[in-house]
Amino acid sequence: MTTVADSREALRQLPDREPLLRVRGLCKYFPIRGKGILGKVVATVRAVDDMNFDLQPGETLGLVGESGSGKTTAARCILRALSPTAGDVHFRQADGTSVNLATLPERSLKALRPHMQMIFQDPFSSLNPRMTVGDIVAEPLVIHRLGARADREDRVVDILRKVGLKAEHRIRYPHAFSGGQRQRIGIARALIMKPSLVVADEAVSALDVSVQAQVLNLLKDLQEEFKLTYLFVAHNLDVVRHFCDRVAVLYAGRLVELAPSAEIFSDPKHPYTKALLSAVPWPDPDVRMKFDVPGEIADPSRLPSGCAFHPRCPECFAPCKTIRPALSLLSGTRRQVACHLHSSPDQTFP
Amino acid sequence: MSVPQSAPQPSSPTPGEGLPILEVINLKTHFFTEDGVLPAVDGVNFSIPRGRTLALVGESGCGKSVTSYSILRLIQRPGRIVEGQILLHSTRSGTIDIAQLDDDDERLYHIRGGLVSMIFQEPMTALSPVHTVGDQIAEAILLHQDVSKTEARDRAIAMLRKVGVSAPERRIDQYPHEMSGGMRQRIVIAMALVCNPELLIADEPTTALDVTIQAQILNLIKNLQREVGCSVLLITHDLGVVAQAADEVAVMYLGRIVESGSVRSLLKSPRHPYTQGLLRSLPSLNHGRRLSSISGSVPSLGAIPPGCPFHPRCPHAIVGRCDVGSPPALEVVGPGHRVACVRVAELPAADPVSAESGRSN
Repeated sequence: MTTVADSREALRQLPDREPLLRVRGLCKYFPIRGKGILGKVVATVRAVDDMNFDLQPGETLGLVGESGSGKTTAARCILRALSPTAGDVHFRQADGTSVNLATLPERSLKALRPHMQMIFQDPFSSLNPRMTVGDIVAEPLVIHRLGARADREDRVVDILRKVGLKAEHRIRYPHAFSGGQRQRIGIARALIMKPSLVVADEAVSALDVSVQAQVLNLLKDLQEEFKLTYLFVAHNLDVVRHFCDRVAVLYAGRLVELAPSAEIFSDPKHPYTKALLSAVPWPDPDVRMKFDVPGEIADPSRLPSGCAFHPRCPECFAPCKTIRPALSLLSGTRRQVACHLHSSPDQTFP
Repeated sequence: MSVPQSAPQPSSPTPGEGLPILEVINLKTHFFTEDGVLPAVDGVNFSIPRGRTLALVGESGCGKSVTSYSILRLIQRPGRIVEGQILLHSTRSGTIDIAQLDDDDERLYHIRGGLVSMIFQEPMTALSPVHTVGDQIAEAILLHQDVSKTEARDRAIAMLRKVGVSAPERRIDQYPHEMSGGMRQRIVIAMALVCNPELLIADEPTTALDVTIQAQILNLIKNLQREVGCSVLLITHDLGVVAQAADEVAVMYLGRIVESGSVRSLLKSPRHPYTQGLLRSLPSLNHGRRLSSISGSVPSLGAIPPGCPFHPRCPHAIVGRCDVGSPPALEVVGPGHRVACVRVAELPAADPVSAESGRSN
């Protein structure tokens, strides 16, 4: 497939730093089986379809898209909470060597788990109500048999302080805490392993705006202190704009645009990115929302031909309906766009 | 937004109808629990001018949903409206004090879904999974209007078309699970508007939806409001939605309104420290900068601080003035702009919160 080759070529042209995470051709397909006893596959949901990106150490990459765009599935595949259908996820270890998480056997994966942690969306369902906060935060240490009991206690107290909780909180249960505090507990649990990669899946979506600001500030401080790299999955574009260095926009399982945050928000290139940004309600009555794209996100089991966005795209022209645009680098920039409007003719028609 | 005693709004778009559609006067809805009385709504005053949209904003637990449930008398034990009036000035049925009606009063059934209807946050729980959407919309028509089943079905189809459902003749026989979240919310809106209510209460109507669908739904509500001519009470936590969809706004904190006014005056020059704090916590107005959050979190209703309930979190609170006595009352600070803060005259008026940081698309 030329498109994949094109996008790989584009990535090779990126500045040659050693990324912490190198995602290549990542796909996750879910079969839909018929009702018969043989369970014949009647359709395939392409939840994530040929995703390519790099994540530099210390960077925050936002993965944005509407529900059903595949952002959570992609994040789970990267952490191998799901096994990808195809593709590679190269993760650089502390010693500089790289492993492919996508193909690593389950056994070897466990040794890597401490280095990649996840913060979940719902602070109510992600904490076991029958465990004390101390036990919840210490559990990763127990699972990985790290440290003696007394040592663990010290580490728990230490990390609780770091996330803005108190030492005495460790003997209490999650129900005694507010949503914001629970999210801090979840963050403490993720960070006690001293991970290098943290995947935050809608980590602040369930929080009220004043508390959300506290947690975002906390995540920024912790990133500096622990040299964390964030993959920040979110649907709230205001939060992403504020928090992320680069943004990857997903539509129907495919990356349509990947660019530094400031550039993508000031000058979106892909028509879908433009549409998405125009739908954000601005808290100023003088700046009117002017979203006018009809319809809803494409069904990933029946993706339109060519560019998946073409049936809704206000700028659709002939090649969009038949040829799938590759994610390619805009010349002279660090921006990648998958749109025929922005690809040079020789790339589109080789 | 006006306090009930004041003269009717000159801006009312339908002349001759002097009264606002709804006046809520000193509403108190308390919950009587084992741990004591929780004053979820504690002395709320507001009115909705006819044909306009009032947004009630606040964080979780501030009492905005309890206020809207009180208006439809949907508060269940251990909750109870303990004081206050909810005056619905209906053009069809005259003035009714909803707070005074008995639980089994005939008029309540006439009000719910007829004069006042509601759109809920989560469309999947608002719809019955075992009835077709057509039956659910027709049920509302048959309850409130004297029409035949065929006529009800025709009206349901027409309503579906109005809310932007494609192929309504086919969709009407589908079940909610066959539809997307945005489509379900359109069905809920169709159900709410099919009996031409005079007041529509929209409780977080777009919170469960993606921004693109949210934009479509907000536009739809606005267009239908213009067409049907109803007034809207919009409950939301999102100041962006307020700016885009409301005319007037009231900010709630711990069961009380702390600031109210036109959307422009309140968002452009917020006067209450809580409103200012909310705007400063918004990433959209502060990108690149460190967010200045409001310290601490909302206290529980069982332990409301004395004096101004916001004082423990307020950067401007003064010992001896803000933490004693009863909560400050709303005072006029500008045209239609009211603030409940004892220090409002001393504090800097406008906050440099505006869109000067700019949205560029």
